[in-house]
Amino acid sequence: MLEIKGLTAGIDGKPILHGIDLVVPDGEVHAIMGPNGSGKSTLSYVLAGRDGYAVTGGTATFDGHDLLAMAPEQRAVAGVFLAFQYPVELPGVGNANFLRTALNALRRARGEAELDAMQFLKLARAEAKRLSMPEDMLKRNVNVGFSGGEKKRNEVLQMAILRPRLAILDETDSGLDIDALRIVADGVNALRGPTTSALVITHYQRLLDHIVPDRVHVLAGGRIIRSGGPELAHELEAGGYAAVVADAA
Amino acid sequence: MSALAHPRGAGPAWLREGAEAFLSRYAGLRARLPGDALRREAGAAAFRAHGLPGVRDEAWHYTSLRAFAETRFAEPLTPVADCGALMARLPAIAAPRLVFVDGRFRDDLSVVPGQVAVRVGGPAYGALARPEGEPLVALNTMLAEDGATIEVAAGAAGGTLLLASLGTGGPAERPAAFHPRHAVRLAAGASLTLIEVAIGNGAYLHNPVLEISLGAGARLEHLRLQDESHAAFHLSTLYADIAEAATYDSFALVLGGRLSRLDVHARLGGPRATAHLNAAQVLGGSQHGDFTTVVRHDAASCASRQTVKNVLTGRAHGVFQGKIEVARDAQKTDGYQMSQALLLSPDAEINCKPQLEIFADDVKCSHGATVGELDAEQIFYLRSRGIGESTARAMLVRAFLAEALDPISDDAGRAALEAAVEDWWRRQAA
Ligand SMILES: Nc1ncnc2c1ncn2[C@@H]1O[C@H](COP(=O)(O)OP(=O)(O)OP(=O)(O)O)[C@@H](O)[C@H]1O
Ligand SMILES: [Mg+2]
Repeated sequence: MLEIKGLTAGIDGKPILHGIDLVVPDGEVHAIMGPNGSGKSTLSYVLAGRDGYAVTGGTATFDGHDLLAMAPEQRAVAGVFLAFQYPVELPGVGNANFLRTALNALRRARGEAELDAMQFLKLARAEAKRLSMPEDMLKRNVNVGFSGGEKKRNEVLQMAILRPRLAILDETDSGLDIDALRIVADGVNALRGPTTSALVITHYQRLLDHIVPDRVHVLAGGRIIRSGGPELAHELEAGGYAAVVADAA
Repeated sequence: MSALAHPRGAGPAWLREGAEAFLSRYAGLRARLPGDALRREAGAAAFRAHGLPGVRDEAWHYTSLRAFAETRFAEPLTPVADCGALMARLPAIAAPRLVFVDGRFRDDLSVVPGQVAVRVGGPAYGALARPEGEPLVALNTMLAEDGATIEVAAGAAGGTLLLASLGTGGPAERPAAFHPRHAVRLAAGASLTLIEVAIGNGAYLHNPVLEISLGAGARLEHLRLQDESHAAFHLSTLYADIAEAATYDSFALVLGGRLSRLDVHARLGGPRATAHLNAAQVLGGSQHGDFTTVVRHDAASCASRQTVKNVLTGRAHGVFQGKIEVARDAQKTDGYQMSQALLLSPDAEINCKPQLEIFADDVKCSHGATVGELDAEQIFYLRSRGIGESTARAMLVRAFLAEALDPISDDAGRAALEAAVEDWWRRQAA
């Protein structure tokens, strides 16, 4: 599904990613862990197509298509979804309207019929309920005045409604209470299937107890310095990054 | 010798010549113009004395009348034009309506209200306007032909009334000029929702003056839609005199006009009176839109609120000048003024000039201004969800305007303004 080869990228002339190689096959969940500032969010933004990052080398393909050549909205249409580490507030934009516009943009681009307001509301209410989110969050402006945890849940609600094929979760577990953590994990697990994949960026082993990854990668200094099975996350939790980083050096 | 004694003597020639042209129009028309001849002559005297304002006049520093002064206007033809298409553009609001075509009342297109007394057939000169201080009010006073007096009796609920101006446009080389003069009087405890709409085709000058007096405890909700032709000049002045515990709640949406200025003079004349002078200007191309307000707090414990939003694209130029004057006795004044501008193109421009003149000591007055572009982070967030860039930008502009439109309490009026914005947006995209 996702194939990244020798990807180097930076911002404002400052190199951040120094050659990322990563393959996420169909149906697999991969976790990325790594110290603060190692380039995890940068990688997720580059994959989602945020302006301002200069890709200086390497490739990233999605189902064989050049992901880096696509506009952000084309990537979304192809099935890429990024749950932001810091979700953006949109004053004046109602959450339900936002979600419906997004879903219908995806449906239109895929040649599917758009949902009218009633159909959409029914779907959104059902998903909100499944994620134990109060219904009034649909009526409020996108992320405005949401608590940190509510913003993260709202990312998961968007994911549940848009049903991506590749979900990139950038620290969606940070700032969540224990129940919310389970809800987020349930959200990801509900999407799991033979043709959907996820890239889960996290600092904590705890999320990976709920979303058991197929592979765990350690990103440090803009490189993946180690990859392994789920047990690698336990090792990191016990020993910290220092040992792994030292090993790799 | 020149008929025009410009106080500075040596204004630019085009300014003097523009004023002369209006004066000679007046000389030709005066015998035929209806209504109070003394009042009209006083207006003409003021216009003769002051002429048209130039950018050296402080109040007109950001708005040049050059294009206007260089245009030679003619009388509107007796309206024979088919107004069907323009009528169809009026908001679909089930309410009585007073329709003026090229400044003249059109009985056949109007639906006269039941709860509200209306007189037409001549300029509705009132006591509030100050031709000697406002050159465009002097111009209106000198050349006004028609207008409506709208009155609501004490304690009566006047419902909703539509006041529409249709400009049918003349030949580009001789555009029509019309100067309607309206008055709105709400007696004590009366209420009215007045929806004022100005639309048109082609080139013309619409130079209305509206004088509003609100008795004690009266309430006027005034929604204004300036959606004139993009070849038109719209130069309007409004006076509102607000008595004790009365409320003047206004929102002006400016979408049209080549050169547009809304001048608003509101006076809070009795304790606990309230004025809301909110506006949004959404301008593109080479449009120029100026929203200028003077709020005078003459009594204690009054509140004034102004939130003015500008959305500017192309080479559009927006201006907001807001002055709050607080008289010595107007203790416990609460004045608030906020200007927010969204510049959608590098060539768009905004000028914002707040002014506070406070002579009382126990007052709360604040003002602020922001200018910005659309937020790149917000655009990316929307695009990352599959929403195309132009839709994303449109959503964020709408969101910016929604903050201004949402508080409008009259549902039908708000819907009409929202529809006008959507229309503007569609025309812009086309
Ligand atoms: N706009 C920018 N200008 C300069 N440096 C930047 C910019 N954005 C990110 N960086 C730097 O790039 C590096 C990688 O940042 P990134 O956000 O990708 O780290 P991260 O691995 O996600 O960290 P965290 O675990 O704290 O979320 C950091 O050193 C950061 O300071
Ligand atoms: Mg990060």
